[in-house]
Amino acid sequence: MTERFDVVLVGAGHNGLIAAAELANAGRRVLVLEAGAQVGGACITREFADGFTVSPAAHLLYQLQPRAAKLLSPAPSYAARGLDTLVLGEDARIVRYGGTTVTGVSEADRLAYSSYAKRMRRFSRLLWRWLNRVPPRLGAGRRRDTRRLLRMALELRVLGKSEMREFLRLIGANIYDDVGENFSSELLKGGLCLDAVLGTHSGPRSPNTIMTALYRLGGAAGAYAVPAGGMGIIANGLAMTARTAGVEIRTDSPVTAILVDNGRVTGVETADGTRIASYTVVSSADPKQTVFSLVGARHFETGFVRRLEKLRSGGNAAKLHLALDRLPDAHGLDAEQLGQRLLIAPGHDAVERAFNPAKYGQYSSAPVMEISIPSIHDETLAPDGQHVLSAVAQYAPYALDGGWNAEQKRRFFEICLDTLEAHLPGVRARIIEGELLTPVDLEEEFRMTGGHWHHAELALDQFLFTRPVPGAAQYRAPLDGLYFCGAGSHPGGGVSGAPGLNAARAVLQREGDQ
Amino acid sequence: MSAGQVAQGRLVTPFYARQRELDTLNRWHEWQGYTVADALYCEELEYFAIRNATGVFDLTPMTKYRITGPDATAYLDRLVTRDMRLVRPGRVAYVVWCNDAGQVIDDGTVFHLAENDYRLCSQERHFDWLLAAAVGFDVEIAHETAEVAALAVQGPTSFSTFERMGLGAIGGLKPFDLMRLEYGGASIVFSRTGFTGDLGYEVWLPPAVAEAFWDDLFAAGALTGIRAIGGEALELARIEAGYLTAGVDFLPADQAVRPGRTRSPLELGMEWMVNFGKPNFNGRRALAEEWRKGSRWRLVRLDIEGNKPAVDAYIHAKRGAGEIGFVTSAAWSPVCKQNIALATVDARYGRPGDVLWVDIYYRREMHWRREMARAKVVEGPFWDPPRRRATPPEPY
Repeated sequence: MTERFDVVLVGAGHNGLIAAAELANAGRRVLVLEAGAQVGGACITREFADGFTVSPAAHLLYQLQPRAAKLLSPAPSYAARGLDTLVLGEDARIVRYGGTTVTGVSEADRLAYSSYAKRMRRFSRLLWRWLNRVPPRLGAGRRRDTRRLLRMALELRVLGKSEMREFLRLIGANIYDDVGENFSSELLKGGLCLDAVLGTHSGPRSPNTIMTALYRLGGAAGAYAVPAGGMGIIANGLAMTARTAGVEIRTDSPVTAILVDNGRVTGVETADGTRIASYTVVSSADPKQTVFSLVGARHFETGFVRRLEKLRSGGNAAKLHLALDRLPDAHGLDAEQLGQRLLIAPGHDAVERAFNPAKYGQYSSAPVMEISIPSIHDETLAPDGQHVLSAVAQYAPYALDGGWNAEQKRRFFEICLDTLEAHLPGVRARIIEGELLTPVDLEEEFRMTGGHWHHAELALDQFLFTRPVPGAAQYRAPLDGLYFCGAGSHPGGGVSGAPGLNAARAVLQREGDQ
Repeated sequence: MSAGQVAQGRLVTPFYARQRELDTLNRWHEWQGYTVADALYCEELEYFAIRNATGVFDLTPMTKYRITGPDATAYLDRLVTRDMRLVRPGRVAYVVWCNDAGQVIDDGTVFHLAENDYRLCSQERHFDWLLAAAVGFDVEIAHETAEVAALAVQGPTSFSTFERMGLGAIGGLKPFDLMRLEYGGASIVFSRTGFTGDLGYEVWLPPAVAEAFWDDLFAAGALTGIRAIGGEALELARIEAGYLTAGVDFLPADQAVRPGRTRSPLELGMEWMVNFGKPNFNGRRALAEEWRKGSRWRLVRLDIEGNKPAVDAYIHAKRGAGEIGFVTSAAWSPVCKQNIALATVDARYGRPGDVLWVDIYYRREMHWRREMARAKVVEGPFWDPPRRRATPPEPY
């Protein structure tokens, strides 16, 4: 006999688990099917070299929304919280910023940074208020949508006239001009620019990179945390919450098809041919995979299919993992400093130059990086006295000219090591083993189209009411019973939990409508 | 072309040279890149050829797509509003297709040539949309407008003409049937279809044999009044038949800029072609919603008093009341002896039998005159003779 659930969740990423927990809390009988052997999706921790573990996708926690954090009970223990950002110069100079303070810059920059950070924080709070809700559906003529839109407008208006104008001016603007107008320190400008473009296919001079910067400030407002035991602990905690709420989670159960009968979803089929019936299927897989591979384009209308085909979802960030026999003696940086979030972003021009080759399908010859050495805070990640270094290195386009092969990968790996050595002298000699994950590797390991950590490029045309595409921006696909809850839906990627939370709400709301 | 002018970059069809020989007016217009005759010697005479003898219209510029592959039927079934599974090989179906909002992109005909082998004909070009619709289907779509020459051979003596050519086998074709015959060493598709509402056929043939076929056709039809015709004669015949033209009676949704200027099939009187029994087709969700909530517009056929063609006229529900719509195609019908029009009105008005008022402006020696004419909403085509359906056709 076929099993039946009220809701089947495809994928046990953090968003899937959150949505599952929320739906179970609302009384639904929920099943989560995960293709991999462990839960967490791109929020996991695994071994990459003998005795060395790392969080291979998301490696810092900074965006988790309070509503999602509440689901983690007991609260996870953190190996470190409130980490600052350190921008490393080649000449041993460093700029350190966090909260509203910055050191290593001129007095003028220090003052400017304080008001800059406050303004960004204010705008980010407004943006995230919108991001934590189901966005209104424009043009549907429903009162609820009109109310939601009016509420957004009102929240914008209460900023005050000049602040509202400033917000609207900045939301589509580029970060390059903004930091150029405000600061003179190259390292500060570089760091702020890299913050804005990390994980996207854009350079500091690309439009709406202030929006992406505001996006990053959601949650902890630029303070970074390292969960004890790695990012996987967060996913495990969410899985526990979900199970407690009554969710059944099955790992090693890849969904191969979402079943459709007579124009509506009727269940799923897993790799071993098992069919599970459910009139509601919520997919945390990226929208392209969900529609084209799991459901099949023929069950949708052509305009929607065409929009989704054009969805930009090519990742541009590689992950670098190094096992180190001890900390490098870099410019005399101590463990406290090395334990912060480290950036290699020599200047705003340097970040833009790193992006240039990516426009033409080539990787950066001087990549920019975000580095974390979590083992400084968490000794369980590496053998005694030894360390792991985890870095996001960009740009490394998914659609590399000629494709990613072993040789191209080796070359980019070497470039990354050279760049690291230039900014953290001595690190090369400390390497025991290393691993580079290109977007193609990330696509395969984490089953996300394009290896993009946002599942779909984060840009204004794929944002809010139009994320991933018009017609599916309220988590509801244009196919009865199918919902999205992953990073590809509103608001986007990063370990925020917002897509999962909002999606659960959209599912319940839809049931209420019917 | 007068001296000093540059030749227009228009394509010519394989029948161009033959039409040029008959042409005395030099009035041509453009259709999807091709040059097409408005009229060759006299549009009235050409029109009467359709109704009383045989009119031959060069249909080659008609956009033609070939759709083949194991998923061809499923593909078309998702593309158009009709149930394509009911259209057997050897049949032609009049179809309409919509965007996701349920607004009509175009109408056309699908020829089911053989199992998993279809030809889609339409006035406009749609390659981009057809390719987008092919995602997820095992089909191949080829644009074959230039590879297939086509003639519309329409009128009461058309069958007799074909019979004299030794093509009597097509006498068995019922309306919307098609068959393939060998003729002059080539494989030619004959379909009992047309845009005139009369007995008539369309011929789909390789360009290489086009001129030879034309010559044989005109030789065989000489005694029964065969004439080459241009677009104007056909236009009058299609209004009498009540057929719609894209860009005239509705605006293709992919060409509309302003919101509210497009039409759904329900608003064009095509609800009989919308099969809500199909689980998915382009526009289904929006059309189901419209079906529940009601449409904004209604397409009506009007029989108007007087003899002044109601070209571009406004329509009123009552004399002196506000406008409720407008005429999109209008003509004095010589064969029906009626002043007829196709019009778009507010969906609350214009049920069959209703009386509406048409505000006709016309000009007499420079001065404009205005006439408020009574118009009755009629059902079905204005011109629908029994010979249109009689199988086998009567000989002439």
